Amino acid sequence: MRPSETGTGSLQPDESVLTGAPSLHPSGEIFPAAHYLNAGTRLRSWLVTVDHKRIAVLYLVSTLTALFLGGLFAMAVRVELVGPEPNLVDAVGYNRLFTLHGVVMVFFFMIPAIPGIFGNFMLPLMLGAKDVAFPRLNLLSWYVYVVGAAFTLWAMLYGGADTGWTFYTPYSTITPTKVTPILLGIFVTGFSSILTGLNFIVTIHTLRGPGLTWMRLPLFAWALYGTSIIQLLATPVLGLVVLAAALGHIFAFDLFDPARGGDPVLFQHLFWFYSHPAVYIMVLPAFGVVSETVQAFGRKIIFGYRAVALATAGIAFVGFFVWGHHMFVSSQSTFDAGAFGVLTMLVGVFTAIKVFNWVGTLYKGAIVWRTPLLYVCGFLYFVVFGGMTGVAVATVSLDVHWHDTYFVVAHFHFIMVGATLMAFLAGLHYWFPKMFGRTYPEGWGMVAGALIILGFNATFVPQFLLGNMGMPRRYYTYAEQFRTLNVASTFGATLLLFGFLLVGLYLLLSLRGGKVAGPNPWGSKGFEWLTQSPPLEHNFRTQPTFHGPPHDYSTPVEENLHG
Amino acid sequence: MAETHAHHFPDAGVQRHASLLGMWLFLSTEVLLFAGLFVAYGYYRFLFPGAFAEGSRAMHTWLGLANTVVLIASSFAVALAHHAAGAGRNRTTFWLLVAALAAGVFFLGVKAVEYVEHFRAGELPGKWFTHPGMKAPGISLFYAVYFLATGLHALHVVVGMSLLAWAAVPAWKRRYGPGNVGLVENAGLYWHLVDLVWIFLFPLLYLV
Amino acid sequence: MNDFMRNLLFLPEQASTFAHRVDRLHYVVIGTTVLAALGVGTAGLAFFWRYRIRTHGQLTQDVKAPLWLEALIVGVPLTVFLAWFAVGFSDFVFFTSPPKKTTDIYVEGKQWMWKFAYPEGPNAIGTLRVPAGRPVRLLMTSRDVIHSVFIPAFRTKMDVVPGRYTQLWFEATEVGRYPLFCTEYCGMSHSMMAGEVVVMPPAEFDRWFEAQKAGRPAVQDGTPVVGERVSLPADLVHEGQRVSAQLGCFKCHTVNGEPHLGPTWLDLYGRVSKFQDGTERVADEAYLTESMMDPSAHVVAGFANMMPTYRGRLQGPEAAALVEYIKSLRSARAPGEGAAP
Repeated sequence: MRPSETGTGSLQPDESVLTGAPSLHPSGEIFPAAHYLNAGTRLRSWLVTVDHKRIAVLYLVSTLTALFLGGLFAMAVRVELVGPEPNLVDAVGYNRLFTLHGVVMVFFFMIPAIPGIFGNFMLPLMLGAKDVAFPRLNLLSWYVYVVGAAFTLWAMLYGGADTGWTFYTPYSTITPTKVTPILLGIFVTGFSSILTGLNFIVTIHTLRGPGLTWMRLPLFAWALYGTSIIQLLATPVLGLVVLAAALGHIFAFDLFDPARGGDPVLFQHLFWFYSHPAVYIMVLPAFGVVSETVQAFGRKIIFGYRAVALATAGIAFVGFFVWGHHMFVSSQSTFDAGAFGVLTMLVGVFTAIKVFNWVGTLYKGAIVWRTPLLYVCGFLYFVVFGGMTGVAVATVSLDVHWHDTYFVVAHFHFIMVGATLMAFLAGLHYWFPKMFGRTYPEGWGMVAGALIILGFNATFVPQFLLGNMGMPRRYYTYAEQFRTLNVASTFGATLLLFGFLLVGLYLLLSLRGGKVAGPNPWGSKGFEWLTQSPPLEHNFRTQPTFHGPPHDYSTPVEENLHG
Repeated sequence: MAETHAHHFPDAGVQRHASLLGMWLFLSTEVLLFAGLFVAYGYYRFLFPGAFAEGSRAMHTWLGLANTVVLIASSFAVALAHHAAGAGRNRTTFWLLVAALAAGVFFLGVKAVEYVEHFRAGELPGKWFTHPGMKAPGISLFYAVYFLATGLHALHVVVGMSLLAWAAVPAWKRRYGPGNVGLVENAGLYWHLVDLVWIFLFPLLYLV
Repeated sequence: MNDFMRNLLFLPEQASTFAHRVDRLHYVVIGTTVLAALGVGTAGLAFFWRYRIRTHGQLTQDVKAPLWLEALIVGVPLTVFLAWFAVGFSDFVFFTSPPKKTTDIYVEGKQWMWKFAYPEGPNAIGTLRVPAGRPVRLLMTSRDVIHSVFIPAFRTKMDVVPGRYTQLWFEATEVGRYPLFCTEYCGMSHSMMAGEVVVMPPAEFDRWFEAQKAGRPAVQDGTPVVGERVSLPADLVHEGQRVSAQLGCFKCHTVNGEPHLGPTWLDLYGRVSKFQDGTERVADEAYLTESMMDPSAHVVAGFANMMPTYRGRLQGPEAAALVEYIKSLRSARAPGEGAAP
């Protein structure tokens, strides 16, 4: 290659781009001498840190622990369901397993993971800021998360709960299992979520670097902004409802007790008022990650920036008015069902806009085929299938059959795992060099990615069919005709498990043994790459100024200027 | 007094903007916390108008009224304290905050007296309800909502008092001055919210 | 085509009018979803290949969407989704609106069994016998926690909530035996809270029903169902009379047509009641139940709002018995048909 073709972009991919060899960066990059990881090495320097990057690493460790635990519960559930007979645990044990799987995955992995890890790490970098607006609050929110997790862990060790993660009354009031500490754990963790959201909103409002207007904001920042608003507005209502349920359990009075005139359906309304927007807390950051990776590896600016940003805001807004679609057969009126159903369609339209924009971004791009893009590819397929089955279950008459069956289980796992977890893995691989200054082995990355996508399909496609057949969810034992598909699903889950273990293994090894990445191994024009990798303790040596939108690949990549 | 700001803010103005914005956002979450409670209140009152009328008739309205007056006065004192801090009159600020704190103590004391009365009379939520006179269906739900709402509010009073006490420290050390009132301003905002929630709770629970 | 799609999607047999109606939409929706997902996924893969990077530092230009494309991107999904919704909602209205004449059966859920009671007395645990070709309405409540009745072959489902009555109607089209599941998680043996729906030819159903009422064991297809038991002589109407006397309903309500503190129960069922707020409503099961549980919601014009609620004081079967008792109180000149279905 002649240098003239590459322009000034000395960090451009070399021949490996075309040959597919694992090394993207010019050899001989030197690991930076000073960076946030070696700014202090004692345990204390981590535990009292106010550096957003270190807090992100703390979140990385804690949420991945939660993912591992939740995954173990999921595997135990799948092993139990390999046949209708008791295999691993008894009925109560099984009920505890799926409850803990749900609680751990939703409240301790899905909700905090992407904002806690990538949000904390990347947001200030993307804004050209030295930190988030309230660094001490940021650390506090991690500790609050840990305290909440500790409550829940304690409850798990002493038997766990068997209510499902939805805690529907009156069952959750009369169950003898340890509901109270789990509810309190969720209540406490809610504060962590609120504090993080608050911090991000204020950061985006006050700490944008010179020239960084709202319409130049990276799409990941937009996604975090939408997410944070939902966290602020919805979490307090969940806080109230779990507090009421917990107090009811402690003091033996139930605000929703039908025997004294209370209404258990009111609990469902309040619960879903939070928990449906919570779905967007889990999925909007994932959309943001995909917007970033699609641009970085498609090497092209997003197709329809304004549409993606507005669709984010649209989902955040409409998401508050659709909770009733969880209750089509809970005796709400036909009119309510219709209203909630039709509003839900709007969420589908906003999501469809985003999908078109991502695919459109690839059109006339200069695509570099790397592991993150493999996950994005899986994501595109899963988000369309998961999203449109969401529209399908919002089509009220169809939901009558599907409600509370495995169809719904498969649908939301397509969104939670198929979309959010795929995006999480895409982000993890994309930003791994940014966070730790080293690259992962590309070949193994591809193998693990293929395994995960295959395993995911094998796990959840049979569950759609089980739902169609009429197998209800949360079933410990089942009729004989459901056996074959359950075995298939468990087989898929095993593949998925091996995929995740493989990713964990090579990423752990790459932390020390991976190739030195250099400041910008992907040649990305995302703003977070304007500094060295891993970044300095205070991010930038000189304050970056912004003259255009992120990911503008119509000009060559600049040298690393600010750190 | 010289202004100081954390290293990651470009200047003190941005820092002040950030802390005010953060406080307002936090207050909005508090409003939503109570909003959920008001929804439950509204729904059950719609179902059991008789019980809610009977329950509120049994309240010691004058105790609630005294608490309302005291809280409004304390809010006024906090507003004055913020004003005085901005003018650099630290002594005044300090004593106004102490007055507001005393009002908070008074409020909690009265609340405790009311709670003891409820316990004596058996006016309690759920299966603990043993009052022989009140028969309206759903009456125990009224007390469930009552204890949840006032208990949660009392917790907020305690948090608000801690914040006021914290905000009184710089006043004692004569640190407030023009442009340097962030702490007393934010603590005051929180205290106004606590006051505001009570202004809604009082008529709903005592008067209807 | 129907059978092919049904088998492809692993759907159970279609044994009710609603199942036939809803499955067509089901095929369209799932078919479109699969095509769209494959389409988008394949388009992505095709772009990955077609627009792979070819030179070092290859530059790319921003592609702006023309207006027609933007309109298409918003318009097509919106139209498709709204069309699904329109069809789905009209089916849903069909599902929530039972016909006027139905065979009513009371359902009570408790951890972890189902009890089905016919107003005339016969009742059974775990087995629901219904006639084919006649609309059947289930009036359901729970004694403890929330349950949900799910009959996959009928594509129907409805939550069973303590403290209120919900209804579910269907018209079975095929004679046969179909599983019934509980789909709202209700504790340890949730997965074993199953039942069976036996759809019988109408004439056979009537014979079985008469035999039940007479107190003789069921004689039909030779396979008695486990848990089925013959009813005691007391039927729901008599039970309702006993309950109303016990709870003191007659302090305010009469059964001979004379007004008292409250409206008379004679000919109440099926009558149009006028309320204080000027609205009107036909007194059906839902209204009667509401009047017991939430009397102040609709106060009949000319009467004071003084009735206490019986929410929490009436057990599910007692409320059902009261409704049946009120339905049985008919004078000779009463409009509408008799109480017995």
